[in-house]
This record gives sequence, structure tokens and C-alpha cells, in this order.
Amino acid sequence: MSAVPVTRRHFLKVTAATGGGLLIGFHVPEALAAAVQPKPWTALPQGAEINAWLAIDAEGNVTIRVPHTEMGQGALTAVSMMIAEELDVDWTRVRAVFADPNRHLRNGNEYKSMNTSGSAVVRRQHPHIMQAGASARERLKEVAARAWGVERSQVEAKLGTLKSGSRTGSYAEFATAAAAVTLPDEPAIRKPGEWWLLGNPKKRLDVDVKSNGSAVYAIDVQVPNMVYAAVKACPVPWGTLKSFDESGISSRPGIVAVVALKAVPGKTGNSDLQDAVAVVADSWWRAKAALDRLSIEWDDGPSAHVSTPSQLALARQLLDQPGELVSEKSEGGLWIGEAREVTAEYHRPWETHARMEPINATVSVTPGRVDVWSPTQDQSDALELAADQAGRDPKDVYVHTVFLGGGFGGNGGGATAVTRQATELSKRLKRPVKVIWSREEDFAQDKQRPPNVTRLTAALRPDGLPYAWTTRSLWFTPAGVERVGPATADYGISNMPYRVPNRRHERINAKSHIPVATHRAPGTNQHGFMTECFVDEVAIAGGIDPLEWRLRMTEGLDDWQLVLRALKEKSGFRTDLPKGRGMGVAIVEDHGSICAACATVRVSPAGELAVEKVVIVIDSGHVINPHNAAEQLEGGVCWELSHAWMGGLELREGRFVNTNFDGYPLLRMPQMPEVEVHFALSGGSKWGGIGEPAGPPTPPAVANAIYFATGKRIRSTPFKVHDLSHG
Amino acid sequence: MNYALSVNGAIHELAVDPDMPLLWALREPLSLTGTKYGCGIAQCGACTVHLDGRPVRSCVTPVSAAIGKQITTIEGLGTNEAPHPVQVAWSEVGVPQCGYCQSGQIMSAAALLAEKPDPTDADIDAAMAGNLCRCGTYLRIRKAIHAAAALMAQKGAA
Repeated sequence: MSAVPVTRRHFLKVTAATGGGLLIGFHVPEALAAAVQPKPWTALPQGAEINAWLAIDAEGNVTIRVPHTEMGQGALTAVSMMIAEELDVDWTRVRAVFADPNRHLRNGNEYKSMNTSGSAVVRRQHPHIMQAGASARERLKEVAARAWGVERSQVEAKLGTLKSGSRTGSYAEFATAAAAVTLPDEPAIRKPGEWWLLGNPKKRLDVDVKSNGSAVYAIDVQVPNMVYAAVKACPVPWGTLKSFDESGISSRPGIVAVVALKAVPGKTGNSDLQDAVAVVADSWWRAKAALDRLSIEWDDGPSAHVSTPSQLALARQLLDQPGELVSEKSEGGLWIGEAREVTAEYHRPWETHARMEPINATVSVTPGRVDVWSPTQDQSDALELAADQAGRDPKDVYVHTVFLGGGFGGNGGGATAVTRQATELSKRLKRPVKVIWSREEDFAQDKQRPPNVTRLTAALRPDGLPYAWTTRSLWFTPAGVERVGPATADYGISNMPYRVPNRRHERINAKSHIPVATHRAPGTNQHGFMTECFVDEVAIAGGIDPLEWRLRMTEGLDDWQLVLRALKEKSGFRTDLPKGRGMGVAIVEDHGSICAACATVRVSPAGELAVEKVVIVIDSGHVINPHNAAEQLEGGVCWELSHAWMGGLELREGRFVNTNFDGYPLLRMPQMPEVEVHFALSGGSKWGGIGEPAGPPTPPAVANAIYFATGKRIRSTPFKVHDLSHG
Repeated sequence: MNYALSVNGAIHELAVDPDMPLLWALREPLSLTGTKYGCGIAQCGACTVHLDGRPVRSCVTPVSAAIGKQITTIEGLGTNEAPHPVQVAWSEVGVPQCGYCQSGQIMSAAALLAEKPDPTDADIDAAMAGNLCRCGTYLRIRKAIHAAAALMAQKGAA
């Protein structure tokens, strides 16, 4: 295929840069506003580097190097704000770039971590990120103090200017000298009450490049001499390749190679190769069209009989037996079987990440170095994977951080084999290869969110409140993966705050061949739905208003009370709306934040559901950018409402069968409820996440609202399969 | 076979397969990567471009169907100096999160406003229902479309 004449204007020019790393041609914006490059992995002329995190040029522009990835959650802006706060510079002088993972490796993990997951960038990592800015500021003050013959304490640093008495100087003047200064003690970081920038709503740095098509994602990267690969792994995960016949496609135009990729015996991790066939061509379309016509024979292996109904049947059988004890507590008195009981079984199906950007990677293996562009949530991990697959020293591998078209936990920790696939193909073909998974491959081979089936029982006292509470929760996970993400067995269920005197929580792991990964609020989404719907069942059985029940059962827990009282005030929750309309509430703790939701729904007599409004109240302790926080909370509502309302991957003959958006619908604009966000911040030492916590309370709030609208109790998702009609 | 395509006001001659979707002709030989691949079956809208001003899903539009038509992509909607009012509104409201779907959202929104300068929420829902956003920016998209309509009305009045 050729293009004559091709417009070269947009073609990325790739040349080896002297400082290591690829220098990609880019347009330096003239505006000195807070900004980010369309390709923010590029090595800008940055000026004097004070430490690994920042450099200041002669005009006083500050370049901040962000080690974390930007997948929509706002880390690029958050890290930049935290450093600008401490450095004390004019926000409009800040430019953000992505830090270099190769440098991080060579300099002994200079950025501490390049992982981006678990709502952790602000929550967990703010101390060392802010420290980098504070340290640079104090070094600038120190060199100014020495130059002026005063004590550092007599120098003030404010908005890019150093001042002591009548003397003033810009940061830029002292930046080079500051890099050489060693401080006797590192300064303490500013406390929330001392902030001048953090806590203010700021537009995200990546808005403009994402509004004109110039932001570069991994799927957009083009390097000279590159070829494109479409791949297909066995539709039944861990099935094996028996044979394929390439004679029908090898003469098609543009075909470069047809390559079998083989699993390595004993290597069964999420980032390890599974048996697959790759068709490589001079365009991805040609590769994909040929792959679709390639006849491949698979050995589906021992899991070819597994289906959604067979897994549910197995789960129910296993749930009749005791599970592994997660936690137990008894304060004496009544136990299950000794009083009036409420009992129910809930379940949630398989879900997929469905990032808008299908999984892909571009890798160039050359004799001297390996270059990787991959939509990873952990560049260090991508670096190690490429090094291992190419058989190279990790120090010779350069990962270029790109914008991610969504991540949601599915791109972290080497969660896909695509980096290995692209590395292997580039190694064999001796030229750069871009692998793109078709949307169908992306769904079929994603590391999925596991299904869960849980039985809950509560015993009620005569006053209607529960005295005993037991849960038995079953997960489907592969051998060796007992927990998806940290402690998901506990999230939203055994760590529920309600003050029930006697509690027992059990877990069962049912083996499955489907690989799994974290999925925005892992575990909490499934259990939060079950616990919070069951709470309504228990409250209603006891004759108690569901919101009042939650207030009474969290008495003495100040932050839970804070959120619930705010929810009561802001939402106007009531249970006496006319038939066909209802309100529901739920509250769940996730990633250190307590988040409550109140949903208002309308259900037509024929059973058509409309979610009119969701009020969110969150206690994340602190908020550094209310603008981004509100966006993330709205997004969290959309995320989990989507799965609960219309999601669910269906397993048939060992494989997923609804592998595109026609069979796996997502929430669209007409279904999006109005979302109202309120912060009820307890402050202090609490630092909770923002990106994930609004998901878990949303579906139970909606299901509880549906109950009040229709009298029908929903105990599984998606809602769309339930008959909600009411007479 | 060679095709002459008019993209963002310039004529390009491409030698591509007749059934190749316009999406891949834009993204690969023309390096116009702002238009995104999302599903390949016209279900997500990430690939939306304009053909003679009307929004189409370029992932299911063969190159041959675009011959003789004016193709506009996100790169040609506005310029850095003079962005389209929809892009101005996107910036002011701060719509994008991951941003991957936003080129398609913006192209759908611009086509809507060209037809209905002052759309109601129902008009917006109808015009934008074909564009998925996994990050959940729908409320901000709706707000930004109203803001863009106001900007365009101001311009028209001035």
C-alpha cells in the first residue's frame, strides 16, 4: 500500500536523541499557560533540573515530570499541582511531561513508583510527590541565602520569586546552583490549612490536547518501517493452537507474515503469552481482514464445557458447604437460627473493562535498544516484560508513556500479554510492530472482573435491628489468584461498618479458567451492591426507614455519620413517593473514602427504568482539585451503573460470546442520570481515593429505589433482565 | 487502486483497497490519528467524521463511499488559532477525561449544532446517543454543547 503524496505533517519524526530516549518531533506551544504536550513523553528543552521531578528554564517556566500515567483520572494534573504547591510557582507557568521509565530504572527507582492504580496517586503518594517540590523550593532558598549572605529562614519563596529584605531574584537565576545543594534536613510538606493552590478547582492540563485530536495514545504511535499485526488467541482462555492454514491468505496484498505465538509451559500469569496467531501486514485493516479469513484449529482444552449457567449451578452447590473463615466476632446473645431471620442470595456476572482504546502496543527491537509504547498503568512493568521477551538488559529498554484511552485497573501490573506479543513479533521480524487487538479480541482476552455469588443472613431482635449477620461469598478466580486486588474478600462486606454484635464472614474460591484483574473498585462493586441491598431488606423487615437504619447502625462512627447526615440533608430521601417512582440510598467505603448515594428512579407500569438523579456525598478526607474530583465521581456513577443496569459478559462453551458493544451495551447519554456531588470532608489524617468510590454505592441505591417504585427486590445484575412491570 | 480523497480541504491520492474503511485510510497513510478505532461496527462513535458536513462512522464507511465528498476530521474542524466553538466549549467546561472518545463526540456535536443551532436536551440525547464514553463525561458533554450553542449565537449576533 502506498500513499501518494502523503501529508507528512502529522508523521512523528523519530530520531535517537543524545540524552537517551527517543526524541519525537513536537510542536512547542507558544502560550505559556499551564499545558501538556500532545506527546508528553518527549524530552523538552527543560532548563535547569533541580531534581528528577522538575526543571526550570531561563524564563521561569517549570517542567514537571510526572511518573504516573494519565488514563482519564487526572494524575497528570494532580501531580503537577502537588509539586507546584510546594515549589510555589505560578500555575500558568507549569508544563507537564511524563517522566522517563528508563531513567527511573537506571537511577534506582528515582520516582519511587511508576505504578498507577488503586486510587493511590494522591491518597498514598502525596507525601513523596509534595516532598520533591518542597525540597526544590528549599534548595532555591538556600542558594539565594548564600548569595545574599543571609539565613535560609530569611528568604521567602513565592510564585517563582525569591525575596529577602530588599533583594529579589527569580527561581530561574538560582536553579542551576540549587541542583547542587544538599540540605541538612528535608523540609516538612505543607499541611492542608497552609495550601494556596491545592484545594482550588483547576482545569486539567490535558483538556486542550484531548479536544483537538492531537493527544497521542499508544494506538496512534507511528514509527518508520513499522508493520501492523492483528492477533487472535484461543477463544477459550488457555486453549492451545493445533494448526492453521495460511494458504488462503498469504497471497493477499500487503501480508508480511503469519506467525504462531506459543504459550511457555508453566507460565500462566496475566502477562504471559497464550497460544495465538498473528497476521502481520502493511496496514492493520489488511492484517485484520486476513486474520478473519484464516482457518485456525484450536484445542479448547478442559474448560470448553463451562458456561454462565454451569458456573452459577456450581456456585450454589459450593455455597451449601461452609467456606473459609474471613472474620468472626461474637459479643454473646442471639445467633443465627435463634430469632426471626432475613436471608437472601445475590449474584453479579462477569464484566469486562471495555476501555474505549482497544488493547495495543508498539515495540521496536533493534540491536542496541528496545522501544515500547504501551497503554500500561505501570511503565516499569512494561519495561521488564519487553526486556524479558526480547532477552535484553532492562537498562536497554525505553518505555514511552502515552495517554491511555481508559485503564480502569485492567492495564496495570502487566495485565495483558500484548507487550510480549509485540516484542516477540518485532524480534522475529526485525522491524517495529504495532499490535492492535480488535474490539472482539479485547473483550475475549481481557483479564475480566470475576463474578460473585453471596448468601447473606441476618437475625433480628424484637426492636427490628439485626443482632447477628453472616455472609458466605463465592468468587470465580483462576488457580493461585485468591484475591483480585488487595483484600477484595473483605471490601464492602466483612468490613461493613454496621454495629452488629455477632458477625461471621466466609469466603469460597471456585476455580475458573478465565483470567481476572482489578476493575475500578474491585470487589467493592460486587459486595457493596449485595450488602447495601440486603441492608434495605433487613431494615424494611424490621420496619425501619433504610436511611435511619444506617444512621442508627453507625452511631459513634463520626465519619460515617457525617456522610449519612449530609446525604439525608442534600437528597431529601423519602419512601412515600407515588407508585412508579422511588428513592434509594446506599453507603460503601472504598479506597479509604466513604461514599454514599441516593438515587431517584422512575419505572413505567410496563417496567421501563429511568434513573433520574444520583446524589453523591463523599468523605475522602481532603480534595486537591474539586473540579477533577467531581468529574471522577460522576464518572464512577456512570461506570458501575452501566454494569449493573445493562452489563454482564456471557460465558458459553468456555468462551465469552458478547464481545462487542452490540452485545455488551454500555450506558449512553440518554440513560445518564443527573449527578449531584457533595463533599463532606472529615480532614485530618484521612486521605481517601476519588476515582473509584462513587461506583459501589450507585447500583444498590438504584436497586433500592426500584424496590420503592415497584415493590420488586432485585438481587442480581443486570437490571435489564428483570421484569420491573407493576400494576 | 488509487483514490482521490478531499480531507480537511486538501486532496490526497491514496492507493488502498476499495473496501478499506475510511477510518484506516485516515489513521495510517494520512496519519490523521485523532479519529479513533473503538469497535469497528458503528456502535461506539469514536471514529465519527463528517462527509459533506454530515456525521458518519468512518469504521464502516468504505473509502470508495467518500470519493468526491468533503471529509472533515477533528484535525480539520478548527485550528489552534481559531478553534471550533465546540472545541472552545469543551475546553471551558473541561469535558475530557481519558479523551479517547472525544474526537468522535466533538464531531457529532459540531454536526448537531450545524443543523440545530439551539438544541434541547432531547435533541442532544438523540444526536449523541451513538457516541459511547466509558469515563462518563456525558453530563459535561451536554453542558458543553449548550455552551457552544451560546458561543455560536454570540458570534452570529456580533
